[in-house]
Amino acid sequence: MLKVENLTKTYRSGGRELTVLSDVSFELQAGDTFAIVGPSGSGKTTLLGLCAGLDRASRGSVWLSGIRLDELSEDERAAVRNEHVGFIFQNFQLLPTLTALENVLVPLELRGVRGGAKTALALLERVGLGGRGHHYPAQLSGGEQQRVSLARAFANEPRILFADEPTGNLDADTSERVVELLFALNREAGTTLVLVTHDLELAARTGRVVRLRGGALVSDSLTEAAAAPPR
Amino acid sequence: MSAAPQTRPGLGWLLRMAWRDSRRSRGRLLLFLSAIVLGIAALVAINGFGDNLARSIDEQARELVGADLVLSAPQPFTAPLSPALGRRVRARSEEVAFASLVQFPRGEGVRLAQVRALTGGFPYYGDWLVEPREAVAAFRRAGSEQRLALVDDALLLQFNARVGDSIKVGRLRFLIAGRVTKTPGQSGLNAALAPTVFIPRSWLAATGLQQRGSRLQYRQYFQLSAGTPVDRLLRPLQSRLDEAGIDADTVSDRQRQTGRAFGDLTRFLSLVAFVALLLGCVGVASAVNLYVRDKIAAVAVLRCLGASGRQALLIYLLQTAVMGLLGAALGAALGTGLQWLLPRLLADFLPVGIRITVSWPAVLQGLLSGLLVAVLFALLPLLAIRRVSPLRTLRGPVEEEGRRAPDPLWLGVYGLIGLLLLGFAYWQTREIKLALGFVGGLLLAFGALAGLAAALRYLVRRHLPTGGSFVLRQGLANLYRPNNQTITLTVAVGLGVLLLAVLFLLQGLLLGRVELAGGGRQPNLVLFDIQPGQRAGVQALLREQRLPVLQQVPVVTMRLQAINHRPASFYQQDSSRGVPRWAFRREYRVTYRNTLISSEKLAAGRPPTLEADGRPRISLEEGFFRRLKLQLGDTLTFNVQGLPLETIVSGTRTVDWTRVQTNFIVLFPAGVLEPAPQFYVLMSRVPDNAALGAVQRALVQRFPNVSAIDLALILRTVDDILDRIAVVIRFMAFFSMGTGLLVLASAVVVSRYQRARESVLLRTLGAARRQVLLITLVEYAVLGWLAALTGLLLAGVAGWALAYWVFEVPFRPDPLPLLALALTTTLLTVIIGLLNSRAVLTRPPLEVLRSEAV
Repeated sequence: MLKVENLTKTYRSGGRELTVLSDVSFELQAGDTFAIVGPSGSGKTTLLGLCAGLDRASRGSVWLSGIRLDELSEDERAAVRNEHVGFIFQNFQLLPTLTALENVLVPLELRGVRGGAKTALALLERVGLGGRGHHYPAQLSGGEQQRVSLARAFANEPRILFADEPTGNLDADTSERVVELLFALNREAGTTLVLVTHDLELAARTGRVVRLRGGALVSDSLTEAAAAPPR
Repeated sequence: MSAAPQTRPGLGWLLRMAWRDSRRSRGRLLLFLSAIVLGIAALVAINGFGDNLARSIDEQARELVGADLVLSAPQPFTAPLSPALGRRVRARSEEVAFASLVQFPRGEGVRLAQVRALTGGFPYYGDWLVEPREAVAAFRRAGSEQRLALVDDALLLQFNARVGDSIKVGRLRFLIAGRVTKTPGQSGLNAALAPTVFIPRSWLAATGLQQRGSRLQYRQYFQLSAGTPVDRLLRPLQSRLDEAGIDADTVSDRQRQTGRAFGDLTRFLSLVAFVALLLGCVGVASAVNLYVRDKIAAVAVLRCLGASGRQALLIYLLQTAVMGLLGAALGAALGTGLQWLLPRLLADFLPVGIRITVSWPAVLQGLLSGLLVAVLFALLPLLAIRRVSPLRTLRGPVEEEGRRAPDPLWLGVYGLIGLLLLGFAYWQTREIKLALGFVGGLLLAFGALAGLAAALRYLVRRHLPTGGSFVLRQGLANLYRPNNQTITLTVAVGLGVLLLAVLFLLQGLLLGRVELAGGGRQPNLVLFDIQPGQRAGVQALLREQRLPVLQQVPVVTMRLQAINHRPASFYQQDSSRGVPRWAFRREYRVTYRNTLISSEKLAAGRPPTLEADGRPRISLEEGFFRRLKLQLGDTLTFNVQGLPLETIVSGTRTVDWTRVQTNFIVLFPAGVLEPAPQFYVLMSRVPDNAALGAVQRALVQRFPNVSAIDLALILRTVDDILDRIAVVIRFMAFFSMGTGLLVLASAVVVSRYQRARESVLLRTLGAARRQVLLITLVEYAVLGWLAALTGLLLAGVAGWALAYWVFEVPFRPDPLPLLALALTTTLLTVIIGLLNSRAVLTRPPLEVLRSEAV
C-alpha cells in the first residue's frame, strides 16, 4: 500500500545543507495502522508530507498504491491524493468560507461525483454532526471541527489516511472522542492509517510504531494492538 | 459509498466554489473592484456621447448648413451656377458678409460685428431662433421698404439694447426687429467671437460699406429638390469652381468635417478616461495581491484534497471576473447616466442639439474593457496561486525553497497588458506614434512613481532612526513592513495628482500664451479695411486722440491659381504630390516689403526682391512651404483679383505668431502690388476703455467702413473659451482623481485586515489609542506627501516639455495652487487612513482579535 525507500530530504539554509530526513525506509500493507513518533524537529511531519505526496524527496522514492510519487508532477500527485488519500490536520484545515457539509463535499466534487450530498450528510451523521451541516467552521468547537474534518477525510473512500497530530489542538475529553471515531471509521472502511503524534498512548493504539530522531529512523516495532484481532 | 459516474469537475463546480469562497469577502471584492467603476463610467460616458454626437451630426447636417448647397467666394459671382443645377433649384438666397463696427446710438456703444446682408428664404433647414418669431417673416418681407435688422443676443446683451432700438451699420440706421439666439450653422462659440447682425441685402450699397478692396464674402444658398445628388452634380463642375475661386459646401462635406473635428475631441477625452481606468486596474492588482495572501491557506487545503493548480487559480479568477463584470456593469450604468450631463458641459461647443439614447456599442465596449482589464490585472497576483504548495497545510507559511524561476505566464500577462494598452491607444488615436507616445508616457509615469516609492521604502528601511519617538519610528517602519502598500498608494495618488497638475499647467500655458500677446507695449487696437484714400485721414484721427501709430501695413488679397504652371485640378487628381486642397481654396492676404520685421527670421534663401525679369521673388512662411512640399525656385501663380501674377519662391522665414503684429504667410517685394486693389491695416495702443470708446465712435462717424478690433475683448473671449474647455477637461480629470481616491480607500481598507492585528496587539501591549492613531497618521502623511510631490515633479517635467516644445513659451508655473493640490491630497490620504483605523480602535481588542481570526 505504501512503500518508502531510502527517503532523504535536505534543505538549503543560509548556504548550508540541512538534512531533515535521512535514508528512511519502511513498507505498509493495506489496512495497516502505523504511527510515527519522535520529538519536535525529528522529521515526523516531513516524512508524512513526503508519504502523502505533498512534497518531493531529495533522494529515495515513495510508492503509494503502486504509484511511484516522485515521478509525478504536482498536479498529477494532486489527482493521486484525491483518488487515494485522506487527510486529518492538527489545526483541522477546514475551508472557513464553506459550511460543514460543503467542506465534506469538496473531495467528492473534485472527483466529479454526482449526488455527493447524500454521502456527505451520511458521513456527518456518522460523526454525530448531522444537524450541523449548515454551520460554518467558526460556529463549531474545536472537537466538532475535527469531526467534520474526519468526515471529509473519509468522503472519497481513501485507501490511505494521513493524520498529523489529530488531537494536538484538543482537550483530553474531546481528544478521546475524536480518536475513538478515527479508529472506528478506519476499521469500517479498512483504510491504511498513517499517524504522526507526540502522544505515545495514541501511538500505542496503532499496530506499528516507528520512532524518528534527528531525521533518522531509530526504531520500528509492532505494538500490542497489532497482536489483538480487529474488533 | 458513492455510485454516480465520475468525471473531473467542470465549470459548474468551479463556479460553485468561487461562490462559496466569496461568502466572507464579497464586500472586500466589491470594494476593490469598485476601483474600475469610475474608469468604465468615464469611458462609457465619453464613447456613448461620441456615438450620440456622431449620429446627431449625421441627422442634423442639413440643419447645420441651413441649405443643400452653399457657394462662397471673396468676389461677386460672375457666372451663375444655377443653369448647371437646372430645375433642381427650388430656392436661392444671396448674402454678402463682412466685419464692421456697428453702433448702438442709444448708449453710444460700438463693437466689431459680423454683418450679413441677406436676401431670400435662408435658412431653409433648421431652426432660426429669433424673438419675436414674426420678426423673421417681417425681415424677409422688408426688402427695400423697411430698414430692419436681426441682431445677435450676445450683442444686445452687451450693450443693454432691446428689440425696437436702432443699430447703426455703416451710414444707415436699422430698426432692431428681432433678437437672434441661434442661427443654423453657427455655434455659440462662433457667436461669442463675432456676433452677427443681419440686414436686408438691398440696403447694403447704401451703408457705404461695400467698397473696392473691402474684405467681403459672397455667398449663395441653394435649396434643391428632394433627393438631388448634390455631390455628384458638383463633381464635373469642380475645376470651374476652383478656377473661379468658389468654394462649395454641401451637407455631406459638413457631415465629414464636423464629424472629424468632434471625433478627435471624444477620442482625446476617452484617453483621459482610459487613464482613470488604468489607475483603477493598479488598484485591482494590488488589492487582489493582498486578497490572495489571505487565501493561500485555503488554496493549500484544496491542493491537499486533490485540486489542481489550474482549478485553484480558476476559482479565484472566476471571482475577480464576475466582480470585474459587476464593476463594469455598474460603471456602464453610471456612464450612460453621465451622458446626459456631457451635452450640458459641452453645450457651447456643440454645433447640433444632441438626442441622447443609450449607446449599446459603448456599453458593450465598457463591459468588455472592464472584464478584460480586471482579469488581466488580477491575474498578475493570482498566478501565484498555481504555485501554492499543499505542504503549507502541515507546516504553515514556510519560506519557499530557494528562489523560483519567474513564472513564464507572468511575462505573458505583462505582454498582454502591454498589447491591450497599445491596442486601445491606437484604436482611440488611429496614429501609431501617438499611441506609442501615450503608452510610453504612462509607463514612464508609473515607473517613476513606483521607482520612487521603492526607493523611499529602501531608504527608510536602511536608515530608520533607532532612537527618537516611538510613534515616528513605528509609522515609518509601516512603510516597509510586510503587506505594506507603499508602492500602490504612491502610484494611485501620484498619478491622480500628476493628471490634475498637468491639466492645470496646460491651462496656464494656453492662457500665458494669450497674455503674452496682450501684455507690455504691444498694440491692442487693430484698424483694418482702411482704403488707400482714407489712410491719411485715419492717421490724423489717431493723432487727434493722442494715440500712436505703431504699425501700418498694406494688404492685398489674392488666390493661388497654379503651382509650377499646373492648376488646382492637376494636384487634385494626383494626390501623391501631397498638395492639400485648401492651398488653392483659401484667400491669401499678402503684404509687400523688401525687408523682414522683428517677428520674422530668415529660414532659407533670401528676403523678397523684384528681379529685372519682372517676376517677383517672394518669401513664404516656413511651415506653409513645407506643407505644400515646395522647393526654392518653384513658380507660384496668384490670381490678384482677376489678374494672374507669376512669382518665384526665393526664400522662407519663420514667423512668431504669438506677437501681435500683422503677420503674413506670403510676402511680396515692393514695386509689384502697389497698383492692385488693397487696404491698410493700422495698429495702435489705447490706454483704457474710455479712449477705446472715443476712437471707435470717431471712426464710425468719419470712416464707417473701417473696422476696429479690440484685442482686449478678444483676449477676454479666448480666456472665457479656455475656461469652458478647462471645465470639460477637469470634469474628466476628476474621474481619475476619484478613482485614485477609491483605489486609495480600497488599498487602505484591504490593508486593514493585515494591520488590524498589529494595531490590536499594540493596544494589548499597552499603546494608547492616540499613539496607534499617530502611527497611522505618520505613515499616511509620508505616503500622501511623497506621492503628491512626485506627481507634481512629473507634472512639472511634462509642463516644461509642453511649454518648450509645443507652445514655445517660457514656463513659469504658479506654485501656490500646485502646493495647495499637494496639501489637499496629503490631507485626504491621511483622513482616509485614519477613518479606516478608527473602526479597529473603537472596538475592544478582544472583539477585533476574534473577528479577524479565521
